Amino acid sequence: MTTSGPQTQRLIPKWSAGYSVVAGFLILLVLGLFSIVKMELVVNGLFLGAIIALGAIGLSLIYGILNFAHLAQGDFMTLGAYIALFFLGTLLPGMGLESSGLGPFTFGYPVFIALPLTILAMVAIAIGLDVLIYRRLRRRGVGRVVLAMTSLGLAIGLRGIVQVIWGGDTYQYPRLSKAFYQLPMGIRIPPDNLFIGVLAIVLVVVLYLFLTRTKLGKAMRATSDNMDLARVSGINTENIIKWTWALSAGLAATAGVLLAIFQAQLLPIMGWRLLILLFASVILGGIGNLYGALVGALVIGVAAEVSTQWLNPAYKIVIVFVIMIATLLIRPKGIFGVKD
Amino acid sequence: MDLSGIIGYITGFAIMAVIYAIFSLGLNVHWGYTGLFNIGIAGFFALGAYTSALLTTASPDPLMFEDYIFGGDLPTRLGFWNLGIDLWFFVALIAAALVCGIVALFIGFLTLRLKEDYLAIATLGIAESVRIIFLNEKWLANGSKGLYRIPKFLGELVSPQYYDYLYLGVVVAILIVLYIAVNRTVKSPWGRVLKAIREDELTTQASGKNVFNFKLQSFIFGAAIMGIGGALYAHNVRFVDPVTFDPLLATFIIWTMLMVGGSGNNKGAILGALVVWGIWTGTQFLPGFLSDPNLRYVMVGLLIIVVILLRPGGILGEKRVISRLSETQPGDASPEI
Repeated sequence: MTTSGPQTQRLIPKWSAGYSVVAGFLILLVLGLFSIVKMELVVNGLFLGAIIALGAIGLSLIYGILNFAHLAQGDFMTLGAYIALFFLGTLLPGMGLESSGLGPFTFGYPVFIALPLTILAMVAIAIGLDVLIYRRLRRRGVGRVVLAMTSLGLAIGLRGIVQVIWGGDTYQYPRLSKAFYQLPMGIRIPPDNLFIGVLAIVLVVVLYLFLTRTKLGKAMRATSDNMDLARVSGINTENIIKWTWALSAGLAATAGVLLAIFQAQLLPIMGWRLLILLFASVILGGIGNLYGALVGALVIGVAAEVSTQWLNPAYKIVIVFVIMIATLLIRPKGIFGVKD
Repeated sequence: MDLSGIIGYITGFAIMAVIYAIFSLGLNVHWGYTGLFNIGIAGFFALGAYTSALLTTASPDPLMFEDYIFGGDLPTRLGFWNLGIDLWFFVALIAAALVCGIVALFIGFLTLRLKEDYLAIATLGIAESVRIIFLNEKWLANGSKGLYRIPKFLGELVSPQYYDYLYLGVVVAILIVLYIAVNRTVKSPWGRVLKAIREDELTTQASGKNVFNFKLQSFIFGAAIMGIGGALYAHNVRFVDPVTFDPLLATFIIWTMLMVGGSGNNKGAILGALVVWGIWTGTQFLPGFLSDPNLRYVMVGLLIIVVILLRPGGILGEKRVISRLSETQPGDASPEI
């Protein structure tokens, strides 16, 4: 694996390329001040972007370390959302823990019990799948496209399992409708979005500290730079791979639960529909790059929401797809592209 | 069910299996021979089906609140091109192939220079976009109500109860033509370059081949075959709407067919289509919860993973022939020596 360019920039590169994005948001703010763009859409786009970011960072981690496009990331989100539904709708009420409408939010305190349990379940599932499927393929030395196709099979299978267990109907977590916050410039925010935003920020900061300050995180970045070199340096790469699955499955589970809260409904296809948005974020930000995934997700979220001011909301995915194609045309390595 | 009912059922099954075999053949050009990871077959499926349907369907009927472009009835309206609906069927087939080829040119041009996975994401995006556009642009193809007056090919020739036998003959004939065409091309020097690209892109490039051009040609060729498959589907079911092009039935099942049959082998691609479509339609006769249509998702996903894990070559697999001459036994060398 011969690579050139700044090696240490994999996963977490320098910030400098982000000025164009900051400038873009400032332009949006100015347009909003003159009421050309509805600020409400921009703000809600940021919340959608926060959810996309959690999924996209997981996707980018797998890309950076395992080096393949994990097409089941969207369906990991779906499965996470439904596992949380099992806890919130069946198990916890069965134990007498039933509540909704905690403080300003629509959901109750059981979410704070269900979310960690869901994350644990998804981490176990992801590591189990790695041991059952991906590790065998890695040992056989198959190409990255075969790994991607395996994840496609997994995506279809997982969605099938969700549909067999829960059926195709829509569900909701136990909820109590609450009034929106009214802010200046006609911005209305559902209170749940504050929870989504705060949780996403906390997770991103924790992940950043983990990757930059802990020995394990540094080993992870080293593995992402060059797996062979990491192995000869005494890093247990199989262990790193397990941690990669754990982190990205945990992030996907959280993103799934937050998406179910954000949309106030669960659908078996919700994760698959988000997959293009996840990949667009990763490509926009630069593959295998976590800053890129985060910033790309915020841009994609805002672009998707703001487009609904002029276009049929059904076209969100088409807009995102056009942005992705434009990225491939103008700057195929993405905004924060690192040489690869 | 009486005997004629069973034969009719089997004929209907065979028509769909043959149409899927055409898709599987197209995917084999992409994946089996060139290693192109196209997960947006549904997009080409839809474009082929809609192109052919729009070119042959009668004018929109305002009483039925129908709405689509081209106004329908093209064969009669374009006086000098009035070939009748049956010859127009072939024009529609070619148009379907052309439209898919042009879209493939566009997508391929953007993504084939990059890593393999970009093509996958781009094809996935185009499939979703095509579906959403046909769903929301009512003027284009009657939106969610779909097109439901697609004519039969040679519909006046036989009475309706025997029509399926005729159409089975038509699709089988087209499958044979395409099979021979694909077989010829992959065995030609052009096809050998494709296999070389699949095995080792860098070496092929170093041997002076323009890898990008070859990949692009292969992508367009396979997509055109898929367009023909879509057109044949439209004239078989004679109803297309955006729901038809759900990724499960229009992309994943075709991947399963190719993987099960054996990618890199055209006979395998066709065999896989028959086997998987047989399993697929067979599941509805299973007892109890096993006939749950949702289990089919699990089945399709599992089949892909199990084939990759246990039998990466599929049922038939690819014949590893370097050269016809390399199979000759030592001893029967050329007579000059």
